[in-house]
Amino acid sequence: MRVNLKVRRLNPENGGEPRFQSYSIDAPESATILDSLLQVREEMDGSLALRCACRSAICGSCAMRINGQARLACKSKVVALAAREGDEITVEPMGNMPTIKDLVADMTPHWEKVRAVQPWLKPSGPEPEREYLVPNRTMLELAQPMGCIMCGACVSDCTVLEVDKTFLAPAALAKAYRFVGDPRDGAGGGRLNMLSGGSGIWDCTRCLMCVEVCPKGVDPLGQILKLRSRAIEAGLTDNLGARHTLEFEEQVRAASWLAG
Amino acid sequence: MTSGNGNQRFALFGGCDVPRKSTPELFMSAVAVCGKLGIEVEELKFAPCTGSGIVQSKDLRFADTLNASTLAMAEDLGMSLMVICSTCQGVLSQTNQRFRENPDYLAEVNKELEDLGLQYKGTTEVKHLMWVFLEHLGLDQLQKMVTRPLTGLKVAPFYGCYILRPSSALGFDEHPERRDSLERVIRAVGAEVVDFRGKNQCCGYPIVSDNEPNAWAMVGNHTMAAKDLGADVMVTPCPLCHMNLDGVQPQVAQARETRIGLPIIHLPQMVGLALGMQAWELGFDRHAVPIQRVLEKIGAS
Repeated sequence: MRVNLKVRRLNPENGGEPRFQSYSIDAPESATILDSLLQVREEMDGSLALRCACRSAICGSCAMRINGQARLACKSKVVALAAREGDEITVEPMGNMPTIKDLVADMTPHWEKVRAVQPWLKPSGPEPEREYLVPNRTMLELAQPMGCIMCGACVSDCTVLEVDKTFLAPAALAKAYRFVGDPRDGAGGGRLNMLSGGSGIWDCTRCLMCVEVCPKGVDPLGQILKLRSRAIEAGLTDNLGARHTLEFEEQVRAASWLAG
Repeated sequence: MTSGNGNQRFALFGGCDVPRKSTPELFMSAVAVCGKLGIEVEELKFAPCTGSGIVQSKDLRFADTLNASTLAMAEDLGMSLMVICSTCQGVLSQTNQRFRENPDYLAEVNKELEDLGLQYKGTTEVKHLMWVFLEHLGLDQLQKMVTRPLTGLKVAPFYGCYILRPSSALGFDEHPERRDSLERVIRAVGAEVVDFRGKNQCCGYPIVSDNEPNAWAMVGNHTMAAKDLGADVMVTPCPLCHMNLDGVQPQVAQARETRIGLPIIHLPQMVGLALGMQAWELGFDRHAVPIQRVLEKIGAS
């Protein structure tokens, strides 16, 4: 199928003004956007910069905005996309982060936020004599946030981040729940206290953009909601977000006929 | 009704205090427009608030039980459930999705509904009025009933997150036209669509009391982007978006030291105008941003 890839180009060594460049290519039924971009680079324009590695939706390198939405280029089929959304396909680097060159985004702010949630287990109390035992059900629940490949798609399209660069954003928050929800972790209260502060869990608008664009079914918003629930359980209610939730719940309960 | 799925009555979910008290013009105009179009509705007067996605973050099971009771009431009447709010659509659709994926969970919830004499079998379809226009009335039919086409009026759509995401809960695979349903309705009433990126984004309402600067930034960005693209008016199927985009807009304009003045109207108000209804029947006097210039442009003043 003949499609037109309209690619956003930016070369900082060359004045740094972004522009769109179109490439007309013939894409076979099996081709992904990544295949087509590599075809452009190899056959038409060797100067096109992009990131990729595994080509199998595992490594998380090739997230970019395709037709305005963050997706993995290696998981998006050209022909199916063209059939659904038209045969001109716009390809841009991820949003909410600076562009280094063409389709390569600078993910530094994202990595800083991931580090800020202290994404490692912090056990407390005496070490068990043998291994830590964890109920299977708990780990199954954590498999969802553990499935995150840190591609940055949810960060790219987060609607809060568009107006507030300090927001921790969905990927780092989902990663935080992976540890808060782990029974081996002893840092629960401290980590939750940090997450309950400004730029944390209560600044999310629940717009569901992260859920929609996540290529791995991580449900970042779902993890943020679990963090909210844990924070309230831990008594961290001295903030507007928690108080709003508690008051709203009380009103809904009072007005409904269901016994609490 | 003469097209779509034939004669069908809908159980109308009025929603919480928002359409009843905060934006009564929405409820009023929705009922009036349904009457005019021959869409029959029966209001579920005692249906509780959906929890709006807020209660869900504190006690998901309680919220699902609440919504199961509403869905069961519509099921008992043998009707689909009509909503007039994007948030209600999403929250109820997500509840339905959880029940579909986990019948044991539905069985547990049903145990709690027993005392109320309710049982939910899981069959109720939730349909926003906007989808009812598309899938039951039919846009051809809507177009035929237009007596005052909104020709020349430039309308920016603003969906409200929960009627778009997660698409897996909203039946977009079976009904792909739902993805751009609002643009379809705008065109059916003769107006021109002003496409802009913000149409699918968050209005900021959920954080207006928790993080005012961010909520205001969203209102300012969306209304000014639409205005810059030439929009005369913005239309939304979500009363929460309306409350923020309309209610907060004058303060945002003042803070940014500019004029915005973009009227924000509810979906049934736009359709009502095209059906020849009078401005007073549609409750425009309740809006913060006056809509006089819109009425003048379509010859309804």
